[in-house]
Amino acid sequence: MVHNVIKKNKYFDSVTLMLFSSKIEDIKGVNQAAVMMGTNHNKVLMQDSGLLNKEQAADASANDLIIGIDAESQEVVDEALKLLEEQFSNKSSGKEAGAKTYKTFDQAIKETPEANLSVVSIPGRFAKSEVMKSLKKGLHVMLYSDNVPLEDEIALKDYALENDLLMMGPDCGTAIINGVALGFANVVSRGSIGLTAASGTGLQEVSVIVDKLGGGISQALGTGGRDLSAEIEGRMMLFTLEALANDGATEVIGLISKPPSEEVMKKIVDKAKNIDKPIVACFLGGDPDLFKGTDIIGTTTLEEAAYALVKTSKGEKVDAISNSPLHEETSGLHDKIPASNAPYVRGLYTGGTLAYEALLLLHEKLEGVYSNIALDKKFDLKDLTTSRENTILDMGEDYFTEGKPHPMIDPKQRAERIVQEANDEETGVVLLDCVLGHGSHEDPAASIVKAVKEAKSKRSDIAFVASVTGTKNDPQDLEKSQQALKDAGVFVLPTNRQAVLFVLEVLKKRGVING
Amino acid sequence: MAKVNKLFSDKLYVANIGIENFTLTLQEQNVNTVHVDWSPPAGGDENLAKVLDILSDERVEKANKEAFDRINDSEPMLVDVVMAKDVLPGMKKNTIGHAGPTLPWKDMCGPLQGAILGAIVYEGLADSLEEAEKLVLNDEIEFVSNHDLDAVGPMTGMITYSMPLWKVENKTFGNIAYTTFNEGLGKVMRFGANGPDVIEKLKWLEKEFAPVMKSTLKSSGPIALKVIMAKALAMGDEMHQRNNGATSMMVRELMPHIVKTQQDNKELHAITEFLTGNDQFFLNLAMVAGKAVMDAVKGIEYSTVVTAMSRNGTNFGIRISGMGDTWFEAPVNQPEGLYFPGFTAEDANPDIGDSTIVETVGVGGFAMGSAPAVVRFVGASSVDEAVQYSKDMQLITVGLSPTLVIPTMNFVGTATGIDARKVVETGILPVINTGMAHKKPGIGQVGAGIVKAPSQCFEKAVKALGEKM
Repeated sequence: MVHNVIKKNKYFDSVTLMLFSSKIEDIKGVNQAAVMMGTNHNKVLMQDSGLLNKEQAADASANDLIIGIDAESQEVVDEALKLLEEQFSNKSSGKEAGAKTYKTFDQAIKETPEANLSVVSIPGRFAKSEVMKSLKKGLHVMLYSDNVPLEDEIALKDYALENDLLMMGPDCGTAIINGVALGFANVVSRGSIGLTAASGTGLQEVSVIVDKLGGGISQALGTGGRDLSAEIEGRMMLFTLEALANDGATEVIGLISKPPSEEVMKKIVDKAKNIDKPIVACFLGGDPDLFKGTDIIGTTTLEEAAYALVKTSKGEKVDAISNSPLHEETSGLHDKIPASNAPYVRGLYTGGTLAYEALLLLHEKLEGVYSNIALDKKFDLKDLTTSRENTILDMGEDYFTEGKPHPMIDPKQRAERIVQEANDEETGVVLLDCVLGHGSHEDPAASIVKAVKEAKSKRSDIAFVASVTGTKNDPQDLEKSQQALKDAGVFVLPTNRQAVLFVLEVLKKRGVING
Repeated sequence: MAKVNKLFSDKLYVANIGIENFTLTLQEQNVNTVHVDWSPPAGGDENLAKVLDILSDERVEKANKEAFDRINDSEPMLVDVVMAKDVLPGMKKNTIGHAGPTLPWKDMCGPLQGAILGAIVYEGLADSLEEAEKLVLNDEIEFVSNHDLDAVGPMTGMITYSMPLWKVENKTFGNIAYTTFNEGLGKVMRFGANGPDVIEKLKWLEKEFAPVMKSTLKSSGPIALKVIMAKALAMGDEMHQRNNGATSMMVRELMPHIVKTQQDNKELHAITEFLTGNDQFFLNLAMVAGKAVMDAVKGIEYSTVVTAMSRNGTNFGIRISGMGDTWFEAPVNQPEGLYFPGFTAEDANPDIGDSTIVETVGVGGFAMGSAPAVVRFVGASSVDEAVQYSKDMQLITVGLSPTLVIPTMNFVGTATGIDARKVVETGILPVINTGMAHKKPGIGQVGAGIVKAPSQCFEKAVKALGEKM
């Protein structure tokens, strides 16, 4: 039975609501549930999934909260509603105890003129006016929202540049400024390496490896995923490069992105010529020869970029990555690889750039990998509910996050998928990431452990391979997370790159690929 | 690059707009953070957002500035006591003015119907309430909105042919506004009561009290109401729920002249007992001052400033300057607050009265921060909460009053000149302190509390003006 409740004039942000939904879905006897604001879009979503009946929908406006619960009995519905009320009141009382809360930015800035950075995470189509208000008050901006129109991004970045302000984003999820983790970011040592990146988890992985190698971060800035496109022309990347060049604490600069358009590439190379600090670039999937004839050190994976940055920051020459102290000898792990006839790899990622890096490293070796971010159109995975042959999924992409929280915030969906893959007899290897840090789930490793245990109870021949993107100072604790995974029989590698390479080892040992 | 590199050497102070979790993680890192509990403009309604875009226009800004200046330049003066039949346009023996926009008898709420029947008896048109009702059903009574009589009245707001009225002149702009005497507390016609004692009290006001007030004002000369209002804010009044300070100040103004013009000791006792026995005596004067001020703001082309907010117990209506005398209506809300012993929320009638003119002019709920004594009575749990209400109102007005200031908020001016656009954009609704009437006719007041103006009124108003741009 489906039960609907409309709460008039009650607003919560969508992330908060998705977490509420997820909490009630955990109640035994609840088949499915959703708590959403009554926008037309959301109403259609809820009706389509059978969680909202028509008459109820007509009563709700965009300002109203809609609760839809499909449960086995009225008792279960009551229990769910009670839990929700508790969540609602926790939210409001939490606010009183915590930061000062305002209804509008104007009101907030009037009472705190000392604010110097806005973090904006509101639906993209509303972002322009809110961000503009911040810029006009002289605040730097980190814009987390996605779905911001291209022309808005250009207008905002141009205004920011004219006024000497950072406008990180849209779609910027990670930054570290003055040692403070913004959005999804890790607690890394401070140091002399300045980063600028068009990718969130890419920035996390590099900063974390730098930390593991004994280096430190001065500033880690985001530009937004589209910044290096032909339309945006690297506006913010060029600006952040200059900012890092002028920053006294930064001695080496790292640049992380997918390959830019040719025009933008030329601009970056021109800019780099005028910077007298060493620059390491990681254009994932780009041609390493792109940098021939320049002073820029080109790398192709996140780990190699981090290694080159740390080496350079210590004034040492960059040598082969196999010399890295992080490089794990996998011979010990080799013996533990379970035998299996199942041929395929299933990569289930919460971090987009980590998924992309895995795809780059596996695509050719495996003669094509299916994905929702496929390198080759031929390998576009049409039906994302079912993996096909070798598959890598970026579970932070739209299909998985429509009406559901990002898997880095709530790893439940990914955990379910791990179990699902184990039910497919062709699955031989499951490749995973585990992203720690501020903003992320309080214990993503535990979610993996639970799913892997369930999977192993059915299939003992699957090799589970993972890396943990985190540091010892992250709230979730790197060592604790790694140990929990190892205890569950997961092969844990120090970096995403090494995890992927280990997957190839597994396949070689099983004779799936040559080598 | 000076600004960016300064950021790198400064302490971070973050304004987080949106996802609350980001605020929490910043606090875990001991970073100074303020949270903006963002909600979409116009409640995410894209059509309304488009209208707001259209109204984001220099002509509107200019018109609203003009409205704001007129409000602040206005000087409402209490000048006289007059009879409704002598001054109100089109007033006949069977005309009844009531609060809020007009509506058919069948749609009227209990208290309004009760008051009307009592008013018919008061006018001597019928001997009993039953007879009075027959006259109504035979269409022999004409109803009119007080606002269309240049007048206002609290709660049901009865204004009839024989009633005496305070006359207030806006000295700056020359317009006139009227209101009735406040009858006192308890079983009174404004709350829908209509028994013989209620009628008797009204007769006394007409026959005995009014002539004395007329001669008193003749002796005193015009009394500047805004000055009293400004002083009363400093005495802990917000002038909707609490008028203790303002009433005392007013009585102080009147007293020497009452004594001077009134020789009969027994009469003097009755008059002074009435004046000093009703803390809300000044409410009607605050209202008529508001009406005199806001009428001077009417009809400024393109202005989205609200010139009237009023309720008839069924619908809430607002007028905006650029749309003249058109009411934009929506069903009234139910107030929340405290009840007199023996009554509960079940007994309360929805929101009613012209008294919201005081919020329109920037006091009442808008000045709640100045009245700690009524904070709990109107449903706020702390003084901080009351101050927050006043701060929120600043987000929906053109500006702050230069003369009506709130001492408890460091002498910041009250939020003045409600901009209907800002109400729609922010979703912050005007907050109103109000009394509550029993929903059945003839019983009277059951409590007091707080109520918000319905958002649809403002949405309709901006849409209408948007079409004129």
